[in-house]
Amino acid sequence: MNKEFIRRIIPLQIAAILLALSLSAVILTILSISPIDAFSLILSGAFGSPAKLAYVLTAWAPLLLCSAGLLVTFAAGLWNIGIEGQVVMGAVFATGLMRILQDSLPPSAVLLLAALAGLLGGALWGMLVGGLRRYGSVNEIFGGLGLNFIAGSLTVYLILGPWKRPGIGSTSGTEPFPPSLWLPGFKDFQASPIEMILGLIAIASVAIALRDTHFGLRLRAVGMNMKAAFLKGVPVDQDLFLAFGLCGALAGLAGWVLIVGTSARHNLYPLISSGYGYLAILVVLLANLKPFWSVPISFSFAAISMGSLQLPLQRQLDSSLGGVIQGMLVLSVLVINGIRSRWLRHEG
Amino acid sequence: MKVELKDIHKRFGPIQANDGITLSIEPGTLHGLLGENGAGKSTLMKVLSGFLSPDRGEIRLDNKTIRFDSPAEAVALGVGMLHQDPLDFPALRVIDNFLLGSPREFLLDRKYHQTRLAELANRFGFRLDPEARVSELSIGERQQLEIVRLLALGVNVLILDEPTTAISTQQRESLFRALSQLTEEGKTVIFVSHKLDEVKSLCSKVTVLAHGRVTGEAAMDCPTKELVKMMFGQVLTVGKRCEVRLGEPILELQNLSLSDWRLEVKDLSLKVQAGEVVGLAGLEGSGQQLVLRACAGLLRPSAGRIWIAHRDMTGRPYQDFIEASIGYMPAARLEEGLIAGMTLAEHIALTERGPSLFIDWTMAVERASQRIREFNIKGQPTTFVGNLSGGNQQRTLLSLLPSQPKLLLMEHPTRGLDMESMEYIWRLLQALTQQGTAILFISSDPEELLERSDRIAIFFGGKVRMMDTCGASLFDLGESIGGKGFE
Amino acid sequence: MDLPILIGSILAASPPILFAVLGETITEKAGVINLSLDGSLLLTAMVGFVVALHMDSVIAGFLAGMVVGSLIAFILAFVSMTLYQPQVATGFVLTLLCRDLAYVFGKAYAHIPGPQVSHAAIPGFSDLPLIGPILFDQNPLVYLSLMAVILVWFFFFKTQPGLLLQGLGERPAAAYVRGVDVTAMRYLYTLIGGAIVGLGGASFSLMVKPGWARPYGIEGTGWIALAIVIFGGWHPIRAAVGALLFNALQTAANLLQSVMPDVPTQLFSTLPFPVMILTLLLVTIGNADWTKRVLNRLPEGMRRFLIRTLKALQTSPPASLGTIFKKE
Repeated sequence: MNKEFIRRIIPLQIAAILLALSLSAVILTILSISPIDAFSLILSGAFGSPAKLAYVLTAWAPLLLCSAGLLVTFAAGLWNIGIEGQVVMGAVFATGLMRILQDSLPPSAVLLLAALAGLLGGALWGMLVGGLRRYGSVNEIFGGLGLNFIAGSLTVYLILGPWKRPGIGSTSGTEPFPPSLWLPGFKDFQASPIEMILGLIAIASVAIALRDTHFGLRLRAVGMNMKAAFLKGVPVDQDLFLAFGLCGALAGLAGWVLIVGTSARHNLYPLISSGYGYLAILVVLLANLKPFWSVPISFSFAAISMGSLQLPLQRQLDSSLGGVIQGMLVLSVLVINGIRSRWLRHEG
Repeated sequence: MKVELKDIHKRFGPIQANDGITLSIEPGTLHGLLGENGAGKSTLMKVLSGFLSPDRGEIRLDNKTIRFDSPAEAVALGVGMLHQDPLDFPALRVIDNFLLGSPREFLLDRKYHQTRLAELANRFGFRLDPEARVSELSIGERQQLEIVRLLALGVNVLILDEPTTAISTQQRESLFRALSQLTEEGKTVIFVSHKLDEVKSLCSKVTVLAHGRVTGEAAMDCPTKELVKMMFGQVLTVGKRCEVRLGEPILELQNLSLSDWRLEVKDLSLKVQAGEVVGLAGLEGSGQQLVLRACAGLLRPSAGRIWIAHRDMTGRPYQDFIEASIGYMPAARLEEGLIAGMTLAEHIALTERGPSLFIDWTMAVERASQRIREFNIKGQPTTFVGNLSGGNQQRTLLSLLPSQPKLLLMEHPTRGLDMESMEYIWRLLQALTQQGTAILFISSDPEELLERSDRIAIFFGGKVRMMDTCGASLFDLGESIGGKGFE
Repeated sequence: MDLPILIGSILAASPPILFAVLGETITEKAGVINLSLDGSLLLTAMVGFVVALHMDSVIAGFLAGMVVGSLIAFILAFVSMTLYQPQVATGFVLTLLCRDLAYVFGKAYAHIPGPQVSHAAIPGFSDLPLIGPILFDQNPLVYLSLMAVILVWFFFFKTQPGLLLQGLGERPAAAYVRGVDVTAMRYLYTLIGGAIVGLGGASFSLMVKPGWARPYGIEGTGWIALAIVIFGGWHPIRAAVGALLFNALQTAANLLQSVMPDVPTQLFSTLPFPVMILTLLLVTIGNADWTKRVLNRLPEGMRRFLIRTLKALQTSPPASLGTIFKKE
């Protein structure tokens, strides 16, 4: 009866959330900080004022874009850890294009072209991972990681070299772009609807593409059973390549958002991807590869991340607590999923 | 060591693999275990060697009832099994394979054990280089290594599962000499095979299994005819397809040579015409699959050419073969044929791709329902294929083949189907042949081969012999599969 | 800087990565991928430092690092081998989780001086010309890590349990037939591997980069270690050579920097990562089918040379790496 109750009534996610929160509470207790205090700090840090909510929303947009991209690669059974680098390259390409064209074209055209450049930069970097995998037999995890670091050093080089600020170059980044090249926000609510709409459109399009297009169906087939998909005539290599490119493009668009978005610093700086790509991997794992669920999950992850930024300001706590909660959530889902399929299935 | 099996039962899902088998083997004898594919030999031997525990029944060694919980325990009690694909470590060296798991000493004295290995190997005339990697050895040599290893562990009962499928004649002779020598030393050898000649020349006594039961026991002066009867039952099937009108050649193999890591098919020439059905017979792994996969473009031949409908397809990618209108149906349903996590309608949409970007789900569902009716599949268009029963998965696999292929290549097209659906499927296939489709299929059911094919290519250790089915009997086919006419 | 001192300094920086690579090699040899290395190293470094500080004992710090390392490994083993969840996903989550845990728990200990392992020249030997300063005037951990390499090599190839370990990763079904409890032994080696990785983490904070900070400056090293395991072909000595090469590369980067002061510092510190991809490409490219086709078109002499080089570099993982064993 009890097990039946657990299996049927409490859905997996709720049990996982409870487990993750209790584990995080244990950690906070060890640090002799009241869990309730910390959790409410995170909540008020995320939703305490319109400005804070605006921050959460601007963090949500790149997370949505990255999650959308990863839904594609995960559907194909790929571990695109290189997504961080793809975000960075999107930002690099967007910055480069804006630097070249900012004085010769109207701002809206520059912004649009920069978005395309971001898409392109991310896509190229993604396909490079695909190429290393296909032609060099380099596992996508390692190829992607290496390319992340290369993208990182490329940014540092650009910031300190060709794109350095007038005067002395420093790692704080390139010269910020003028407000005309920022995405428009509201007067007292610094979040641009464009970013969020782009993110939601991306998720929706990926959801539709995976479910309703031949390409999406082929990708899912490859992800579930590569051999059978090949025997059914699916051009496996080509499709995987495209998947990397598509994910990279969406990640590159996230990179563009990180340059031109309302709460962005409006310049290129080292580590600009800020872990959004990795966080999106957790989002998609937690959503169990379901596009729909990645929307609320990415929103709560954005809220946790932004809310945690209050922790070091108000208490002696590191902002990584947010990351701990997020990681605990995914680990709990894995554990509870495993327990359910291992021990509870035989009961009914 | 005397081996007795009493009333062994073992069931896998719907299949009763062993259905009350009782068997007794005298010490110091070479005992044959005959039966066609799926007769229950392998299951029985896995029970005896500790891989499987029987649902019911008793194992007695030297009049003592024993129970094994693992193969290692069986070896400790003196029963060792040599698998068709030796369970060894290809990446490691011969000496390390010999040593792995025993002796239970911490430091390895390779020098000492090398002499032990060499002594044992020499006793049976085996030549094993202790420093060679096992991956560089032939199957025959790997078997020799396993035999030597098992003997070094003190095994008294040695089970060999179809050991001669993939080894050379020379290696076979040296294996047989070694086996005779072993029985002289008082060991018991159980020789699982379905090659009649080998069993006849080697064993002193034979037990025949069919459909999970013992269908006969005989001492070895028993005539081959009797053995075939025990193996295949009393039904006298005779090939009936005598007058088939054939069209132009669809598939032509010219001096084709193929090989994988264990087997070689050499210099095969074959012409299959439109409307013709050619069955590929033989013990599993005798080369049929290599040929079929080469025809599908999945295996690149080492020599020779493949023509499909007058086009040279040699060395082309699989995609080109699909475009040349072949249909390939693999044997491993859920590994290669179907995608367990996808629905029937999704499978339809995956196979029937149009030029459009979006999938027309209404049409896909409609087509799926149509196939479900046509092939009598118990499921809905939205059922996940992994949730279907084995027989329904088989029907799904068939329903996904292209509707008007020039050439159909099928591995075990009716495996897991009942008589009625088998009949139904073949009616559909024969309708295709009347429209000019040529069919090449592998089957391990001799009756199916005889009834459905116009010609049968019989494979035996990579060699091929053609047989006309018209008027041929099950006995003829059984004898040929068992190796008659290949020497 | 003269050569002996240079080599000496490469060796002096090597224990953490040597331990990390050795630990992962053991784990992967048994057929388990512990992807969490980058986070494990950070967390064990932090815990090692904090425990050593509180107990005023570096030994306690190392032990704590090892315990935490095997605890992480246990979680990975449990979730993947007992609960049958994907190994790579679990490892990746643990990577991020352990990193964040290290930052959260380590916050109060950032930039605090604490105990560290001191130099221990071996009397009599350290004065030898050339090799004296390289080999015998080092930190005890350097001796320990080099000894560990030899020990693991000896264990793998000269002992029966080592042979069983290899069998575990190559073909668990065959190991099972030879009486090995596959899952239990895989647990054991995953835990041992994790403990050694923990030793590596603690040697960062108690020796090579004493103390703790956020960022600590070793972020990314765990991933490099994973790549070195591949480069090392799952062979302890070759892996150790890889680890030393990596350290040499870092030292070279520092040197280059003093030669070329105009090039930004940050650039040199990321240099090892592109090199990592290149080396991985070198050891795996021989497996790609197009390589063979290209090679076949080359003139005979060149082809034979290239094939031999690629063969020597090529590595292949334990055949069952990352798969879960279930018996019939």
